[in-house]
Amino acid sequence: MTYEQATQFAQTWGLVLLAVCFGLAVIYALWPGNKKKFDQAARSPLEEGDDNDRA
Amino acid sequence: MASMSRQRGGLDAWAIGAIIVACSYFALWGAANATDSAFAIQMWTALGAFLFGGALLTGVLGRGPALDQSSRYENGVIKAGVVASMFWGIAGFLVGVIIAAQLAFPNVLYFEEWGWTNFGRLRPLHTSAVIFAFGGNVLIATSFYVVQRTCRARLAGGLWPWFVFWGYQLFIVMAGTGYLLGITQGREYAEPPWYTDLWLTLVWVAYLLVFLGTIWKRQEKHIYVANWFYLAFIVTIAMLHIVNNLAAPVSLSGWFSYSLFSGVQDALTQWWYGHNAVGFFLTAGFLGIMYYFIPKQADRPVYSYRLSIIHFWALIFLYIWAGPHHLHYTALPQWAQTLGATFSIMLWMPSWGGMINGLMTLSGAWDKLRTDPVLRMLVVSVAFYGMSTFEGPVMSIRAVNSLSHYTDWTIGHVHSGALGWVGFVSFGALYCLTPWLWRRKGLFSNALVEWHFWLSTIGIVLYITSMWVAGIMQGLMWRAYNEFGFLEYSFVETVEAMNPYYIIRALGGTLFLLGALIMAYNLWRTATGKEPAHVRTADVPAQAVAAE
Repeated sequence: MTYEQATQFAQTWGLVLLAVCFGLAVIYALWPGNKKKFDQAARSPLEEGDDNDRA
Repeated sequence: MASMSRQRGGLDAWAIGAIIVACSYFALWGAANATDSAFAIQMWTALGAFLFGGALLTGVLGRGPALDQSSRYENGVIKAGVVASMFWGIAGFLVGVIIAAQLAFPNVLYFEEWGWTNFGRLRPLHTSAVIFAFGGNVLIATSFYVVQRTCRARLAGGLWPWFVFWGYQLFIVMAGTGYLLGITQGREYAEPPWYTDLWLTLVWVAYLLVFLGTIWKRQEKHIYVANWFYLAFIVTIAMLHIVNNLAAPVSLSGWFSYSLFSGVQDALTQWWYGHNAVGFFLTAGFLGIMYYFIPKQADRPVYSYRLSIIHFWALIFLYIWAGPHHLHYTALPQWAQTLGATFSIMLWMPSWGGMINGLMTLSGAWDKLRTDPVLRMLVVSVAFYGMSTFEGPVMSIRAVNSLSHYTDWTIGHVHSGALGWVGFVSFGALYCLTPWLWRRKGLFSNALVEWHFWLSTIGIVLYITSMWVAGIMQGLMWRAYNEFGFLEYSFVETVEAMNPYYIIRALGGTLFLLGALIMAYNLWRTATGKEPAHVRTADVPAQAVAAE
């Protein structure tokens, strides 16, 4: 692969690929169905002391 | 009992033993055949360390595991990490004060006979000691703590976490003593020679596997966001370290090596590494601390978990491109310089998103800032994170960089991040960890934390303001022309003009060191205190509970 081919790919499909990957991550973060899971996850470090945690 | 017998003569012990034996042979061979005396000293040092490691391992095998079974989590290696962090922190800050004094009083602190006391050798000792020895130990210790709690699983790998701990200390000793001997690759933040780099690679892969192994056997379905930041830190540092240090040694029995890259490619590789050491070591790793310890200490969930996920992925996608901003006005193609600056400016958004997320975690609990100096330290660290990640993008703009580059403004910027963000968030984490690990109700003295907080804060303010003034003045003096078009000032005149600011900087650093000494005393008294140990219910092993 030459330098020109590498930059050509990076500036077109490479850019699209990374932008799409990032978009997917944002969609995952904002997806309404995930809200409950995230709320639980946010509380998880605070719930280490719970009794049922020890079982 | 089953787990104890497995640890006694397990595969982990044999594998670590084999590594120690193989490395001891190499060290002995290297010491015997050394082509220069510095390499010989390094190899004898390594041999001594491996013999110590071998003795330690034999001791463990002889009397059964040293692993602490009184908790469902492995805490011993984290305790060792807290002690090592404090030790290296003070060593690193002390060397910083010494080199600051060398710059402030060059005629007093220059010893022609003792080459190893020269600024050129002590400066990398300072940067590596604070970043890798202090920061690295804090990151390893806190990551081992956080991954166990948030995964509700004991640390994986039996003795391997101990191999990571001691192996990392050996890396620090080899790197640090090497600098004093004059051994350096001449790569910023990557000065250690090829054999020390190979050793760190081995230790780092073990670290990655221990961390992944613990996540693998987790009892929680979701992987808490702090672990994502830690994992990104471990994986990316492995990649950066290996690529940046690709080199061919001149001889297997000498320290000198040539980089596989040359010219501008070499420069870009170095700053791709250098800036991502900032992005993934000094930022991502310590954000892992922020996302666990601030919610824990404030007793409130993180402000927005969604924002934390976006914060994470935005950092991952943006940081890796920012390195070229270190090479403005060089032989690097201009489009690459612009790319680096553009991505640096885009980093404003995730950085400030993360800062807001950390600060707003306190919403509804702001009153705790008044009463809890540890929480205040953590929150101020996040404020410094916001400040230095605002300043960084500004300095990456080419026009600003033409003034700031090569001046002490850069040093001031680095220290607002290093002392304010990395330092304070680490201090906060260590203040949390010590009573938790040694099972005390609280710290020995909150008043001493107040002293530490205020001394360090004043120290940082003195440091960064003096460096702003010195740096901008220096930049303006360098570019000042007289009416005939000649440079107004000679170089030495600019150095002379900075002397008062260097003295202020040394004073600021001394206050910061003083604060750390107070902290060490406080942690020592907390850990060894007479007050009865306080058992946290969450840490009691499952078997003990079942037996009750």
